[in-house]
Amino acid sequence: MPDANQRPIPFRGGGFDPRPRRLLPWIVFFLLIAAWQAASSAGLLPPLFMPSPAAIARAFAELWSNGTLVEHIAASLKRIVPGWLIGTAAGLAVGLAMGIFSAARAAGLPIVSALFPIPKIALLPLLIMWFGIGEPSKVATIALGVFFPTVIAAYTACDAVPRNLIRMGQSFGLPATDIVAKILLPGAMPGILAGFRISASVALLLVVAAEMIGAQHGIGAFVLAAGNLMQTDQLLAGVVMLSVLGLLISWGLGIVERSVLRWR
Amino acid sequence: MPLHVEKICHRYGSVEALADVTFDIADGETVALIGPSGCGKSTLLGILGGLLEPSDGKVTLSGPPPADSLNPFTYIFQDFALLPWRSVAGNVGLALEHRPLAAGERRERVAQALALTGLSEFAAAYPKQLSGGMRQRVGIARALVVRPAVLLLDEPLSALDAQTRELLMEDLLAIWAREKSTRVYVTHNLEEAARLADRVVVLSRRPGRIREIFTIEVPVAERGQPQHAGLLAEVHRRLWALIRDEVVTADREMQHA
Repeated sequence: MPDANQRPIPFRGGGFDPRPRRLLPWIVFFLLIAAWQAASSAGLLPPLFMPSPAAIARAFAELWSNGTLVEHIAASLKRIVPGWLIGTAAGLAVGLAMGIFSAARAAGLPIVSALFPIPKIALLPLLIMWFGIGEPSKVATIALGVFFPTVIAAYTACDAVPRNLIRMGQSFGLPATDIVAKILLPGAMPGILAGFRISASVALLLVVAAEMIGAQHGIGAFVLAAGNLMQTDQLLAGVVMLSVLGLLISWGLGIVERSVLRWR
Repeated sequence: MPLHVEKICHRYGSVEALADVTFDIADGETVALIGPSGCGKSTLLGILGGLLEPSDGKVTLSGPPPADSLNPFTYIFQDFALLPWRSVAGNVGLALEHRPLAAGERRERVAQALALTGLSEFAAAYPKQLSGGMRQRVGIARALVVRPAVLLLDEPLSALDAQTRELLMEDLLAIWAREKSTRVYVTHNLEEAARLADRVVVLSRRPGRIREIFTIEVPVAERGQPQHAGLLAEVHRRLWALIRDEVVTADREMQHA
């Protein structure tokens, strides 16, 4: 028998559940570029201070085709790659030692905590005194900048490995080397790879800063020179190149993550 | 393999966890350890398995471990302790990788353990693809693959729902009927203790002391029969009567702590 007072229970759930929207980011991106272009075409933005997207694209295409961008990017990569590799290798060695050995943790943590907050670019003058004005001082700045976040990522990633997995390994009589190789390192890998993302962006930041201070070539030097000559379209083309480089690094690390962390 | 637990005491800093615990475990026997939360059951299991060093007292063995046992004291963990980056076969095989076995024998042992636990068709699956019950079966297979002399079970069914727990209890009994070992079973669940154990060691609240050692006269294999239902209920009632007041007091103490 239907009751006149019957009413449905109102739905109160839903939301707070982020879901991927494939098209929306592209739509927003193109709308912003279109609005920017429209404002430039209408004369609302002075081209000297804010060139239009079309002007930046033209400058980018020209700089790419005449090899200028390639030359500067190659110079930057010659600093980023060895700097990142040295900083990462040293950071992993120290960070893993701090994650595994209490003595290394006790000895290293105060030093790392004290040195980590120092902006590494502030050490460039000192490093120039030590290594000269050439490449080694810039590589050393990047390596130093990469070293500390890698140390912190590595030892906190070791801490995040559930202790019961290590006790399990011990209970089956696994040697300590096996526990490190088969339990600790794979378990710490998500945290270590997350640290790589941070250290890669630090490396990019530092190479630009170092090149702005003392380099003839490199994307940082190019952007600074373009700014000095008021060539804002070329300046922003250099910034776009940096963004592309950052995206490429992120994409590469994503491939490594998907391969190494397939089990997730 | 008979075990002798002699005057075990253990402290965590200023907290006394176990005090003067002494009992024997006969070869092939299943002993359940029950008691209120924080009474030191898992601590005692850790000491039995050599993962914790007691503050005082000792655990001794009689006789050598069986020749084919690769890891005489083997754990089954409450939270399964599976490596999420390894497949089922990889998790089970982990226990053998550092042993001097030919690759073929290793594979054969893993296959046997998987077959015994009904996991053969899930050998390539990853833990996250399995239900809780299946994950614990992987934990059981990993323990069996080393042919343990003493199986140390740390609340192995407590993370599972009631129906899965029931199924796994049946599986454990079937496996134990085929694979000879001595077993120490830590549990909060009095029904599990009554169903699976030959003797139940009842610990007091912290510091854990032996309150009573309770022998269940009916053989484990016969306890599923309807005529023993009343006896199991009586065992359950007596165990609960033994620990009820301790559980209430321990709970209040933990709240105050």
